[in-house]
Amino acid sequence: MTALLEVAGLESGYGDALVLRGVSLRAERDEIVSLIGPNGAGKSTLLKTIYGLVPARAGSIHLLGREITRLRADRLTHAGVNFVPQVDNVFPTLSVSENLKVSVLPVPRSERADALARVEALFPIVRERARQQAGTLSGGQRKLVALARAVVTQPVLLLLDEPSAGLAPNAVAEVFEKLREIVSLGIGIVMVEQNARRALALSHRGYVLDMGRNAFEGTGGELLGDPNVVALYLGSGAGRTGPPPA
Amino acid sequence: MTNLLEVRDVVRSFGGVRAVDRASLDVGAGSITSLIGPNGAGKSTLFNIVSGFLRADEGTVSFEGRRIDRLPPHRIAQSGLVRTFQTARALGRMTVLDNVTLAAPRQPGERLLRNVTRSRATRLRERDVRTRAHELLALVRLDGHAHELAATLSGGQRKLLDFARVLMTEPRLVLLDEPMAGVNPVLRGELLEHVVALRESHGVTVLLVEHDLEVVMGVSDQVVVMSDGAVIATGPPDGVRSDARVVDAYLGVEA
Repeated sequence: MTALLEVAGLESGYGDALVLRGVSLRAERDEIVSLIGPNGAGKSTLLKTIYGLVPARAGSIHLLGREITRLRADRLTHAGVNFVPQVDNVFPTLSVSENLKVSVLPVPRSERADALARVEALFPIVRERARQQAGTLSGGQRKLVALARAVVTQPVLLLLDEPSAGLAPNAVAEVFEKLREIVSLGIGIVMVEQNARRALALSHRGYVLDMGRNAFEGTGGELLGDPNVVALYLGSGAGRTGPPPA
Repeated sequence: MTNLLEVRDVVRSFGGVRAVDRASLDVGAGSITSLIGPNGAGKSTLFNIVSGFLRADEGTVSFEGRRIDRLPPHRIAQSGLVRTFQTARALGRMTVLDNVTLAAPRQPGERLLRNVTRSRATRLRERDVRTRAHELLALVRLDGHAHELAATLSGGQRKLLDFARVLMTEPRLVLLDEPMAGVNPVLRGELLEHVVALRESHGVTVLLVEHDLEVVMGVSDQVVVMSDGAVIATGPPDGVRSDARVVDAYLGVEA
């Protein structure tokens, strides 16, 4: 079967610095794939390289069997890939509804109204806060609007850089719940998360990156149960963000 | 325990919204105090007021018994109250090492004469600063990047650099704004141990905004909970954790 996303032997970097040194990765539709690993391992660079923001120097990226390795970000948006960066992911001076109207532009004119209506159903905040300036939203609300902006482009693949960073426990739960709903629509998600235990618990598959290379991979459960992964990358328990056990 | 920091009835509005609404809190000398609450509760605004980046509309802030609510940020920092930022800032065109050494106080190079004469005391102080900077970079695992430009660091690494920079200032009170967000779980544990050690060995007082409850519950002497701009609960970690208002406003129910 053709994978939604197939990354093979990918290398990329900035200037003299090579950050990715041959990374491979696979993701399917209906799947949440988490990238975890130390700071500076190349996780965000991997997302940016897939989305064409950092040029690939070697290796290949295929989306549903079609090579997309050298496509620019705007082309990728039209091809069904979208990226939500960790910060600067909404237009702060535009209202929430204006943010969505700008974001829906890649969708064919005749389908825009439907796309907006679907996103409003999935993200009630889009209607509740329609007139509010996006820059005045709280961190959690802003993350939801950023996700809504990406979903409205009707992607097949979403790339998310730390969707839960900076969120209060109740907001983390809400964002992760939305991710579950998004994949149930047939969208694949590849995300970087430092909230690693919770992310893996939600993920169908996980990859540990270290020094720009694949270190471990497996289902979320396998990685959570692997003593090496726990010792090297997950720690003893500090780092678990969520409500305390009852 | 005497209070190092006292915040009294602080109010700050943006347009029609009261982001901070008569908030008061005390931070005891030598304590670790955590400030928690939902996104949009006013925690970062209060941090900005305490560190001088924003003016309060009403209320007072005192540090070591002296009013600081009308002082500019650099004066507050010089008096020993230093902060980090949620989205870390670094001087991108300087090396990682220089970013840290720059933060050291009492640098002889700041004075023209000492810079020219380069006495033994000057050289010793500069050597100490460099040694300390390397130690701090090792602590946050950036020693391998010491001579690279700060702009080449990843987002999480910049956060770690900011942490090292703040410790280099030899602060009396550190305000940490979500120090663990974006930092990998193993390193979180180590940083946390270091925060506790700083208090033990140097008597540094810590005020922390953090969403990682293991961190908050594990190290705090006192937890202050904000919601809608107001302080809704203050107390030891266990008491706050079981407070119904806190569960409702912040923790939510485990899915």
